[in-house]
Amino acid sequence: MDKKIEKQLTLPLKNALQMSVRGLKARFGRSIIITMSILLGIAFLMSVLANNAFTMSLIHKGPENIKILLMTDLEEVRTRQIWLVSLSLLVCIVGIMNAMLMSVTERSREIGTMKCLGALDKFIVELFLLESLAHGVFGSIAGSIIGVITMTAVYLFQYGGLIIHIFPLGKILQYALFTTLLGTFLAVIGALYPSYVSARLDPAEAIRREV
Amino acid sequence: MPKEAIVRTIGVKKSFMLGKVPLHVLKGIDIEILKGEYISIMGPSGSGKTTLFNMIGGLDKPSEGKVYIDEVDIAQLDAYELAWLRCRKIGYIFQTFNLIPVMTALENVMLPMIFAGMSADESREKTKGLLETVGLGHRLHHKPFELSGGQQQRVAIARALANDPAIILADEPTGNLDLKTGKEIINLLREMNKGKSVSIITATHDLKMLDVSDRVIWLRDGMIERVEDRENIHIKVGEMEGEESG
Repeated sequence: MDKKIEKQLTLPLKNALQMSVRGLKARFGRSIIITMSILLGIAFLMSVLANNAFTMSLIHKGPENIKILLMTDLEEVRTRQIWLVSLSLLVCIVGIMNAMLMSVTERSREIGTMKCLGALDKFIVELFLLESLAHGVFGSIAGSIIGVITMTAVYLFQYGGLIIHIFPLGKILQYALFTTLLGTFLAVIGALYPSYVSARLDPAEAIRREV
Repeated sequence: MPKEAIVRTIGVKKSFMLGKVPLHVLKGIDIEILKGEYISIMGPSGSGKTTLFNMIGGLDKPSEGKVYIDEVDIAQLDAYELAWLRCRKIGYIFQTFNLIPVMTALENVMLPMIFAGMSADESREKTKGLLETVGLGHRLHHKPFELSGGQQQRVAIARALANDPAIILADEPTGNLDLKTGKEIINLLREMNKGKSVSIITATHDLKMLDVSDRVIWLRDGMIERVEDRENIHIKVGEMEGEESG
């Protein structure tokens, strides 16, 4: 006799979100660290982009003497900036991965328990990715804002009130959108491997692990 | 009505590789557990208790032999079907309670129902009922760290019953509890066993458990040493607990 198993296991998004939020609150310290790592990486990227926007704006709309000064070393500076930003974002991903892996170890018993209660691997992945998504969104929005503010302050200091008149608002908003999306994307990328590891945990072993 | 077997194992063997040497943990286990039975699996550490337990719970597959849970051969199931089995057919109770720390008692018990696709309202009502049955109707919104060990284990029992499973697997359920609380938990398990006619299988060192078990399976070195019916168990639990009279 072989009984047919009716397949139905669900984790509604509402519940998943609720659980993620609880997880974030419970591990607030770690969440802040992960968010900070994204924030710093994105703030750096945003400041570089804002810097470019200001420079271009000055070249197009600014006075002649500044224009010539800025044109001279534009190319060289740009190449160096790309390298630095790429490296900092890479470090940022590795940092997220590291922190999330620690989180997996810390929560292995919880994960094992959920699997015993019928959670599918994908539920576990979903929870981790949702958490990371939250880190990514908050970190990169804050990072973008901080980047813009910093660069505006620097230019205000250098060029004074002139910068208000040539403020490249459209360009800045465009860049901010880009950095926010990129930051969120990177946070999720960083969480992929840890969430895979957590989903693959053997429940029998995970529930007995002492952390 | 003849009693139906809810768990059957046929010649179950399990070995692990210990470095390059195979370690035979189970050396051929044949047991049949009937619907509504209360079974205790006893044996010293290293007797294969936990391994056998994992097999019956669908957490591990045998190297040789067959394990049938409710007439389904677990070796034939894929990951999804195993998860489904764990969700619907089996309730787990652990020595360390293993409640989800960030969730209240109510949410902990609701979780398996949510996995099973039950609506929020329906599962909330059912959960309240279950928590009342285990005597925690007044503790619905407390988090695990606000509950005592015995209360946490009661929540865990309610959670194990969430989807009306056919089997409850309890791994050393009284291992982290004091004598009196342990006794209460055992009695509660027995009540659930009678009231809901769910089979209870415990792996335990706790001799208090013998008193309520229908059968006791003694394991030694990966083999069944003996199986005792309750009538033949001659340990009087009361005599072993000096501090608890009456």
